Amino acid sequence: MKQDLRDLYQEIILDHNKNPKNFKLLEEPTHQSEGYNPLCGDKVNLAMKVQENTIQDIGFQGSGCAISKASASVMTSALKGLKIDEAAALAAEFEKMVKSDIDSEEDYSEFGKLAAFAGVREFPVRVKCATLAWHTMKSALGQTDKTSTE
Amino acid sequence: MEVAERKTLAEDIFCPIDVFDVEEIREDFPILRKRVHGKRLVYLDNAATSQKPQSVIDTISTYYTGENANIHRGVHYLSQLATQRYEETRTKVKDFINAGSEKEIIFTSGTTEAINLVAHGYGRLNFREGDEIIVSNLEHHSNIVPWQLLCEQTGAKLRVIPIDDNGDIILDEYKKLLNEKTKLVAIVHISNSLGTINPVKEIITLAHEYSAPVLIDGAQAVPHSKVDVQELDCDFYCFSGHKMFGPTGVGILYGKEDLLEDMAPFLGGGDMIKTVTFEKTTYSDLPSKLEAGTPNIAGVIGLGAAIDYINKIGYNKISAYEEGLLNYAQKVLQGVDGLRIIGTAHHKAAVISFVIGDIHPHDIGTILDQNGIAIRTGHHCTQPVMERFNLPATSRASFAFYNTKEEVDQLVDGIYGVLRLFK
Repeated sequence: MKQDLRDLYQEIILDHNKNPKNFKLLEEPTHQSEGYNPLCGDKVNLAMKVQENTIQDIGFQGSGCAISKASASVMTSALKGLKIDEAAALAAEFEKMVKSDIDSEEDYSEFGKLAAFAGVREFPVRVKCATLAWHTMKSALGQTDKTSTE
Repeated sequence: MEVAERKTLAEDIFCPIDVFDVEEIREDFPILRKRVHGKRLVYLDNAATSQKPQSVIDTISTYYTGENANIHRGVHYLSQLATQRYEETRTKVKDFINAGSEKEIIFTSGTTEAINLVAHGYGRLNFREGDEIIVSNLEHHSNIVPWQLLCEQTGAKLRVIPIDDNGDIILDEYKKLLNEKTKLVAIVHISNSLGTINPVKEIITLAHEYSAPVLIDGAQAVPHSKVDVQELDCDFYCFSGHKMFGPTGVGILYGKEDLLEDMAPFLGGGDMIKTVTFEKTTYSDLPSKLEAGTPNIAGVIGLGAAIDYINKIGYNKISAYEEGLLNYAQKVLQGVDGLRIIGTAHHKAAVISFVIGDIHPHDIGTILDQNGIAIRTGHHCTQPVMERFNLPATSRASFAFYNTKEEVDQLVDGIYGVLRLFK
């Protein structure tokens, strides 16, 4: 197995793909949105329960590649309990990481499980797979109904 | 769970495909010597676009190096030379598909433009509210959307021939759809996503019983097998240069002369007129009437070189070789645990769509790419086909006559790599 591929398909990503967290239909959400990646047909339906400016619960459904599914799973785990502005800040950081230069010296070791997606940098066509759930989350909080990575 | 190693090897399956020396053929295609991610390129995305032989590349280079000029109406040497080369290609195309006359060969930018040209030039004049256009469930988006746009403008209705679980169109359903209101049947010759070879001759004969003209999307057929438009008796036939070893940006609309005569020009501009005044403009005769503006001259001439190349090898050999390769590939792929081939039509071209368990095609594509293997993943611009099989996407390996059994083995090895990663 080539190193680039190992960087992309890290154990965390493979695990979350196989057993995604928060893969559920959320009853009575306050915010929801549907994300779609026309490139590969990835679909994610994201629903959140936001109370007192805090994400109390979050669930997603849909179909997609390992990267998009694992990204949605890891994201939903990371967002639970965060304030809305904290979620937006995390999204910005995540996006910065997956779009950063391959040789970037940036240290993502404090980024927890989200750091597993740093390998996506080496696969520019897959960046949209990793960011789909995050875009969808932002659009849900912005109350737009649909988002597309195109 | 341990993932089994590949069981089948090239030698184990008897598939004689020694109709020519494939290594010699591969020498003609410089890109096949390329290395990708440190591995020798295995190019299995031929249904998206084919690679180009050196002769096509050289022809385009020679044109720009020593023959470039705008065609038609030029009195100078180069213009006459370029015009001659351009019009020679029209004759080549005419002979290639056995059209009745050069007037029936319209150069376009590709299959998509050819279909749109018919939709605008023919459809808008002839379709009324309540008329029906028949397409099939197998169509590429380019043979769906132009008709939908036309339906919106004219009030005509789109009717769809269903397909069965093999990916064959259901002819009995087609017969039921045909009626006096049918004003056009637009159908794909060979499906780009499943490889199904449609019984177009029969489809055409049936449509003609209701006097409905038939347009054939031949983008995937021309690279693989001999097409004879008079034998088929199709009314329009569309195909692209780049899928038949020629350059991108050039395609053909064949149309029966009387139908093309009745068509309104789609694009207005230079080259398609006889006289222009502010009071009245008269149009050129065919084929110029339907070719406005400076065409893709280099592309057309390059397409001519591609036709020469195909003729040199011969369709009998190309079709025989590809059939052997397809049989071999299907057999070895069927031996992979959990792999399911989508599209098992009775007559198939060398296109194999497949899914493996719940592993997403995009992941398969990325992993194979790291092994130098180029396949296509996604909906292949045929979302209704994906919906029919209830799949978001497939992985597709599509072959040309320069592909080899060893490359099929590399594909299978790559797939086992995918299985090991996702075990």
